Amino acid sequence: MGRAPDQEELDQEELDQLDLDQQDLDPEQSAERLDSTLPAAAVKDSVREAGERRWTPAKIGLWVGISLLGAVAWFMLALVRGETVNAIWFVFAAVCTYLIGYRFYSKVIERYLLKPDDRRATPAEYKADGKDYVRTDRNVLFGHHFAAIAGAGPLVGPVIAAQMGYLPGTIWIIIGVVLAGAVQDYLVMFFSMRRGGRSLGQMAREELGVIGGTAAQVATLLIMIIIVAILALVVVNALGESPWGVFSVGMTIPIALFMGVYLRFIRPGKVMEVSIIGFVLLMAAIIGGGAVAGTEWGAAFFHLDKVTIAWGLIIYGFIAAILPVWLLLAPRDYLSTFMKIGVIVMLALAIIVVRPEINVPAFSEFAGRENGPVFSGALFPFLFVTIACGALSGFHALISSGTTPKLIEKERQTRFIGYGGMLMESFVAIMALVAAISIDRGIYFAMNAPLALTGGTVESAAQWVNSLGLANVNITPDVLAQTAKDVGEESIISRSGGAPTLAVGLAHIMQQFIGGPGMMAFWYHFAIMFEALFILTAVDAGTRVARFMLQDSIGNFVPKFKEASWRPGAWLCTAIMVGAWGAVLLMGVTDPLGGINTLFPLFGIANQLLAAIALAVCLAICAKRGVFKWLWIVALPLAFVAVVTITASFHKIFSPVPAVGYFANNQAFSQALADGKTEFGTAKTVAAMEAVVRNTAIQGVLSVIFVTLSIIVIITAVVATMKAIRAGGGRNNEDPAVASKVFAPAGLFPTADEKALLAEWKALPAEKRTQKAGHHS
Amino acid sequence: MKTVAQGLRGFGAYMRSLMGADAYQRYLEHFTSTGHAGPAMTEREFWRDRMDRQDNNPQGRCC
Repeated sequence: MGRAPDQEELDQEELDQLDLDQQDLDPEQSAERLDSTLPAAAVKDSVREAGERRWTPAKIGLWVGISLLGAVAWFMLALVRGETVNAIWFVFAAVCTYLIGYRFYSKVIERYLLKPDDRRATPAEYKADGKDYVRTDRNVLFGHHFAAIAGAGPLVGPVIAAQMGYLPGTIWIIIGVVLAGAVQDYLVMFFSMRRGGRSLGQMAREELGVIGGTAAQVATLLIMIIIVAILALVVVNALGESPWGVFSVGMTIPIALFMGVYLRFIRPGKVMEVSIIGFVLLMAAIIGGGAVAGTEWGAAFFHLDKVTIAWGLIIYGFIAAILPVWLLLAPRDYLSTFMKIGVIVMLALAIIVVRPEINVPAFSEFAGRENGPVFSGALFPFLFVTIACGALSGFHALISSGTTPKLIEKERQTRFIGYGGMLMESFVAIMALVAAISIDRGIYFAMNAPLALTGGTVESAAQWVNSLGLANVNITPDVLAQTAKDVGEESIISRSGGAPTLAVGLAHIMQQFIGGPGMMAFWYHFAIMFEALFILTAVDAGTRVARFMLQDSIGNFVPKFKEASWRPGAWLCTAIMVGAWGAVLLMGVTDPLGGINTLFPLFGIANQLLAAIALAVCLAICAKRGVFKWLWIVALPLAFVAVVTITASFHKIFSPVPAVGYFANNQAFSQALADGKTEFGTAKTVAAMEAVVRNTAIQGVLSVIFVTLSIIVIITAVVATMKAIRAGGGRNNEDPAVASKVFAPAGLFPTADEKALLAEWKALPAEKRTQKAGHHS
Repeated sequence: MKTVAQGLRGFGAYMRSLMGADAYQRYLEHFTSTGHAGPAMTEREFWRDRMDRQDNNPQGRCC
């Protein structure tokens, strides 16, 4: 089978020609041909740079135009204070800023910090095996990577953050991605690629030593548990007391099983065919769900409370994680990818065509307070942890290291795939924000506040919302009842978690685009379906990845656990992982304080701490490469995210305000219990009060553990960085350089110089062109 | 009309590669170009092997 070439297999001559230390490269030699019969593997540095610096009037005009449009859009969003603002300005502000960030900032990172070298073969070339390491067309890989990083996260966080008005979230999503999120993804991907596709944990151990590395690995595992649990909580909240949702999401399981069997036994490899069949079945399940929920038995049978759904999800999670991949996970992943691309294209089209008017204020009444009903805490730091995915998501570091780097064709493409892919996710977050704020603010708060505040009925919810004293908000019980009826639900009161709100917003926009008001119920459940699909895929994959991490860790003490095929070990570790996230999920579902309200900040903090860990590792690597002058590119987002998450954690741990601090809340409820009270705040029974005491203690301890581990990682990274600065550089842990024998353009469109070189390659006889580097066996 | 058809075909091909439907073809290309001893896996074997390897090498999916 395909075997990675050993160093010895390469001719010494080739190695001599390829300068191993890129710092000392003579730019004029850069296109030196490694094999005189082949064209160059890279555009000559001098030619490429001349091309990049050639500013024709048309090019200048284009960028002036983009900048002006972006400036106008930002002006409309941030400074013009009309009654409403049109959604199209969000699109322009985002896209123009992304283009500028991509063209200029990521170029700076490429040129001065990372210095990719297309003369070096990527792992996909020098380790090519036709399976895991396969050179993949950059545009395909872009979509592939995007599908792996984007899920329910960017669809949920911005919705919850809309409590504070649209502007804080919009600024953080757009500016944050350019300076932080996309930088992280790009750096991690590049460094992992230079290391043969090593994982973040492995890189942390290598670069930060045993203490930093171990802390990073333990933190990663715990953070994954929290993230999976809270994603699961979002699904449970969306499906609770919704027979239609339960039926149609439940049907994804038999559909996926059918697809799995079809692909395994009936028509192996017909991925497109089975995906289309699956998609049609999925649509049938959504439509059928309406019919089923309309019947008496259907409504009774699929009407499940949240605790039951949570238990169902836990049992399902365990079974899904021990079943073979081909049966459930892989086919559902196909469905999920298919839906992801479709939904995003559709949403973008709908927003551009419909251009809804937004009447949410730029800063809401809650922007200056820390007791908002949707999530608690002040704008700084909690807005920046509530919106994680879309602006900066640490979880991406786990995806950007590992799979994608093994498929990259040329080093320069990491900018397009890593940085560009994350910009795309940010755009999804902006669209989710637009969809969520296009609905009435009264409905927004009635849907997203905990049951303890809204009281659960349309009358009590309307009364509570109107009592908030929000500008231009005056909701009647009829409107709330009618909205529920329009989307085919019994109630929309306190459907927190972000997903139902987004679904209402999406249904609202989509029905104007396709189908009219009669289609609202379909679009609502379509949105719930795809969010659930993304989340279930993330839950399965997350459980599996976490199980392997745990097996690996236990394997250090009990070697038998390292054998992935040893059933008892695999089952035990799966049970531990499912038990861990299941416990947090149940805690969230039964929490008298409202679950999402208290737990969502923990999700954001966990995700951002992972980002801090990833950036810390990147900082150490950059310092060891000796590029001190440009270290600020990494230090800036690292410092920001470290300050945000550590401050947020400290608030959660030390704040004396019970709504914010876990321990303050714990104290308050313990005291109330000690005083013999039988109800306190939103907890109406002694059992509920005890639950609050228990939950806050667990949440508080988790916060302490996370922040401690992350601080250890950051400190070890800073120490490693200082050491490298003092020594003028450090150990290079990259795989040895191997000469590349292929060429492909770096970005979406080939430049003129790239086209010229491509033509040279095209002129070669086919058998020479497909020659892969290094294989002589 | 012709350009529309061409565009659709291009999009179809793109989706195919995006979903990984061309994995077996890619494997065969790799196999023939590197000249291994022994026959290549059949399509059925290849997909089985691919799925079974994923069992022990799970790919993360983000939130």
